[in-house]
Amino acid sequence: MKVKEVFGRADYALISELIPNRARVLDLGCGDGALLAWLKEQKQIQARGVERDRDLVQKAIARGVTVYQGDFENSLAEYPPGAFDYVILSQTLQEARRPLEVLEGMLRIGRHAVVAFPNFGHWRVRLAHLLSGRAPKTALFPHEWYNSPNIHFLTVVDFEELLARQRWAIEKKFFLAAGRDVRALPNLLAEVAIYLIRKSEAD
Amino acid sequence: MVVETQFARFDSLDLDCGETLHGVDVAYETYGALNSAKSNAILIEHAFSGDAHAAGVDHEGKPGWWDNMIGPGKAFDTNKYFVICSNVLGGCRGTTGPSSIDPSTGKPWGLRFPGITISDMVRLQKMLVDSMGIERLLTVTGGSMGGMQALEWAVAYPDSLESCIPIASTARHSAQQIAFNETGRQAIMADPDFNGGDYYGGPPPARGLAVARMVGHITYMSDESMREKFGRRLRNRDTFSFGFGIDFEVESYLRYRGSQFVNRFDANSYLYITKAMDYFDLSAGYPSLAASLERAVCRFLIISFTSDWLYPSYQSLEVVNALRARNHDVTFCELSSNYGHDAFLVDAGEQTGIIGGFLARCMKERRAPEVCR
Repeated sequence: MKVKEVFGRADYALISELIPNRARVLDLGCGDGALLAWLKEQKQIQARGVERDRDLVQKAIARGVTVYQGDFENSLAEYPPGAFDYVILSQTLQEARRPLEVLEGMLRIGRHAVVAFPNFGHWRVRLAHLLSGRAPKTALFPHEWYNSPNIHFLTVVDFEELLARQRWAIEKKFFLAAGRDVRALPNLLAEVAIYLIRKSEAD
Repeated sequence: MVVETQFARFDSLDLDCGETLHGVDVAYETYGALNSAKSNAILIEHAFSGDAHAAGVDHEGKPGWWDNMIGPGKAFDTNKYFVICSNVLGGCRGTTGPSSIDPSTGKPWGLRFPGITISDMVRLQKMLVDSMGIERLLTVTGGSMGGMQALEWAVAYPDSLESCIPIASTARHSAQQIAFNETGRQAIMADPDFNGGDYYGGPPPARGLAVARMVGHITYMSDESMREKFGRRLRNRDTFSFGFGIDFEVESYLRYRGSQFVNRFDANSYLYITKAMDYFDLSAGYPSLAASLERAVCRFLIISFTSDWLYPSYQSLEVVNALRARNHDVTFCELSSNYGHDAFLVDAGEQTGIIGGFLARCMKERRAPEVCR
């Protein structure tokens, strides 16, 4: 599930806040290129996308977005270091086979990374698991265990722990539930977490 | 709409082999109208056996080889764009080639025609485009050998094109591709009528050329498309003949295509053009493919097809990844098709949407004329 499916177009406004004019932007899993086309229009960015789904790639090309048909996990290696100002990964980190390598790759080719993911620590997920005794199924995680694209479940706490271990800096973070800001207890209340991160200065 | 093939003549053309051709003719066609800024011109490059007749119908009512892609409302929309297609150097459809008259002897060149390359073909096209007063093409595109020419344009004349669309193509032939071409050449040269290339005025090496074409046709299709089209069906019979006439549908088809080809193609052109394809290597003279592509400044749309085993996707990806390695503006899409290498000619549907969108963007985001190297 993509961020925009969770809270409408709020992610556009949010990502638009994060991304300055004329930035070089790579969107991993860019879908039909709607976000990139919108950022091109609004912010005159240099837009690049990666998308695995052939039909979506064709839609993105038809709307004039530069897109590479490929798997985002295996597509990062070709880009040169520092090729982008921002690399966006919206809502697919939990689908990656090697999430840490993906994040490392993003921060190799981009000065900043925007990472959004569904929070597995949300109280509904916890409750569903506790009460049913089954793999949790919620609006955010609607799949059965056997057909879910999600293979790495992470929470807000998990993600921040990883950032600390990697000594990556959090520049901004946002938490959302039902399209609204979550101000307290994000690991319990946030459905979606969005981080703007970079390597720390010492690196 | 009946289209006329036009002709241009150039005094001389310097070739990569070191020789110079004098009095070079080029056959070409155009569709649509050139705008006053001369910014909407598209150069279409034909594949190995194609010609200048890419769209519309000729006097015999024959549609162009890419008529499903070029025309009003089509991928290359002639309501918006001015489309040019010329027959390649070495061809036999109006442009100077081995069947043309050698001015120094008054006889057909035959194998005395100098060896040619893809970059020679492109150099001649550049002269044609210059003669039309077009400084920068909106795009240069083509499938197969046409894609090789498009890539050569991007590297040889980087300021002369806004974008490049190589389809089902490669930056260099693999051993397998060279091997198929060599098999075709050997079939032609083994024909007793070949006569060292001097068969003009007598019977052409029709059997050899037909066999070469049969091999070619197999490589243009896919296992799946052949299974669908022919399977093991017998041709006009229920039992085997226990002879060597035609038993199977596929035999009949290949024989037919082979014999038809002889009527429209010159065996010497087959030799010269396939050799030019085999010689082509975009990275020649550079340390790497990426280094050669560093010369390019245009945008790229690179298309391959899932079932194309003659020009497999990995060859397109080689170019795509060399461009991505320096974050060049390259779009890549592998379209789904059962038609094998032929897909670029017959599968217009999906190509239309993406090429239309890509061209509209290229038109809108044209580089300023001063943004030159």
